[in-house]
Amino acid sequence: MAPAGSLAWQIPALGQIPTVNSAGDEVFFPTRDRYVEVATVLRGAGFATCSDLCAVDYLTHLRRKVPDGVAAERFEVVVNLLSFTPARRVRLRVMIPEDDPVCPTLFFVYPGTENMEREAYDLMGIRFDGHPDPSRILLPQDWEGHPLRRDYGVGRVPVQFKEAPGPR
Amino acid sequence: MTSDHVDGAIGEAPATAAETGDPELARLVAETDEGSQELAPVDATSPVELAIEQGGVLRVPESDALDPDAADATFGAGETMILNVGPQHPSTHGVLRMMVELQGETILRSKPVIGYLHTGMEKTAEELTYVQGATNVTRMDYLSPLHNELVFSLAVEKLLGVDIPPRATWIRMLMCELNRISSHVMWAATNGMDLASSTMMIFGLRERDLVLGFFEKVTGLRMNHNYIRPGGVAADLPDGWEDDVEAVVDTVGARLTDYDNLLTGQPIFRERTEDVGVVPAELLIALSATGPLLRAAGVAWDLRRAMPYLAYGDVDFDVVVGSVGDCFDRYAVRLNEVRESIRIVRQILEKMPSGDYRAQDKKVTPPPRARIDESMEALIHHFKIFTSGIEPPEGEVYVAVESPRGELGCYLVSDGSNRPMRMHIRAPSFVNLQSVPALLRGGLIADMVAVLSSVDPILGDVDR
Repeated sequence: MAPAGSLAWQIPALGQIPTVNSAGDEVFFPTRDRYVEVATVLRGAGFATCSDLCAVDYLTHLRRKVPDGVAAERFEVVVNLLSFTPARRVRLRVMIPEDDPVCPTLFFVYPGTENMEREAYDLMGIRFDGHPDPSRILLPQDWEGHPLRRDYGVGRVPVQFKEAPGPR
Repeated sequence: MTSDHVDGAIGEAPATAAETGDPELARLVAETDEGSQELAPVDATSPVELAIEQGGVLRVPESDALDPDAADATFGAGETMILNVGPQHPSTHGVLRMMVELQGETILRSKPVIGYLHTGMEKTAEELTYVQGATNVTRMDYLSPLHNELVFSLAVEKLLGVDIPPRATWIRMLMCELNRISSHVMWAATNGMDLASSTMMIFGLRERDLVLGFFEKVTGLRMNHNYIRPGGVAADLPDGWEDDVEAVVDTVGARLTDYDNLLTGQPIFRERTEDVGVVPAELLIALSATGPLLRAAGVAWDLRRAMPYLAYGDVDFDVVVGSVGDCFDRYAVRLNEVRESIRIVRQILEKMPSGDYRAQDKKVTPPPRARIDESMEALIHHFKIFTSGIEPPEGEVYVAVESPRGELGCYLVSDGSNRPMRMHIRAPSFVNLQSVPALLRGGLIADMVAVLSSVDPILGDVDR
């Protein structure tokens, strides 16, 4: 049951979507199939701009708290939508399984997500189905791997604090 | 912000001839089996359709333009050419590379190619504790380091649920507004330089130096301060800070008149900026643009006013908006925002409360140096904070502040350990850069530098 004042009371289409209140922000957990549909409904309800889209890798924290009816997966795509009047934010968290890291693109609902989705693909390796330019944006085009994944090692240069041992 | 914008943004169906009931109009509109063929007014097109129709983005692989063998020097009429500008170009504000498709001198499509300054700071943030984190984020947007520290600290505090003493809040606000002044005058300097006014370059750097001098006195550094930290600020303001701040804002305020004399009424400057790089506000909203770029197009959206953080609800200031949304409006909006920031700083000078400059929570902030000599417990707390650090409860938060370039957001995920599991910065320059192809489309190649400069991309913020 959605709490009082929740968007789910104003927008009937959100009634079936699991929701939590995370430190004062309203968060919805649509499934991957219904994610674009939910975003379209929210845009129709006044959320005119997508302020942020990023991906999160929960590899080291798979047993996190999620509401009932949501199966926690390794990846999440997190979308922050913004309404100007009234000034309000809403967040969508979409579960993306590890063995099929694909997510439908939000480009045709919010064209402003073009670069954000390219960044999420580049650094986290989540492919956005239907994206007009699915290429790397920050790293070189021939880079291997996706560095923001938790199992991608961090390169280290050993630092020598003392004088190197001599030949004798 | 008028309601028209929101209506336009959600793509409401336009009133048809049948609905308006005008018989003359209905006669002119032929009904077909696919419905009315009436030409809808331009503003009835949703921003998404506009973005796709006007499609200013050149979506070709970045390496294509690098192949010299593929170059063809013979051009037929109507053919286009892709010109590469940068990354080493003095007017690209860093290492920004632009690929522009030209027909004659007119720009058709373009693509900003970024990543030359990418250093993986979001990955680095996962290796640093929450106490060390502010030193990392401050290096992202090097012209507004204090806003970066602020948004990170606010996110950590929201995770922890700690309250910040009023003096710390007001010190943060003072420093951020001074930072906004220094960032905007620096922008005015580089914008002047891009438009061949090297006097403006010297003027802007001179005023920025005044603010940086004050920052050096307070934080010890001119950039990358690590001054705003989770739990408050690193140190109290030095004695006599009121006189220093007053001197800074008095001088900058007076010298803004010089800027007006030099640029605002100057015919060459106006020729180069007026009616250059105009796109409708709805398209900017759809492209997620924020900050002076959006306000210049007439949308009064400022997080300080709309979703007040710190103590912005207690100070009086105006949100500056433009009317046309061209390069000149973006110049005017920034110049007047400096005046508004000066107004805010003067109010802070009057209202600055006394008290602690950081939260007295032993788990969040270290104890005062003197206590360490007296109390074993204080020593242990001090040691714990600087070795293992803060451990916020599990959760995820998104916090946004209004940086000089727009909405600066921080999405922080905690797994309960002393390091963030994920820290994502919503960089305003990165997102605003998406509007550049739309702004350039249909303009002249000679105006490209003016448009790029007016968006104010900071490449450290773009690439992170």
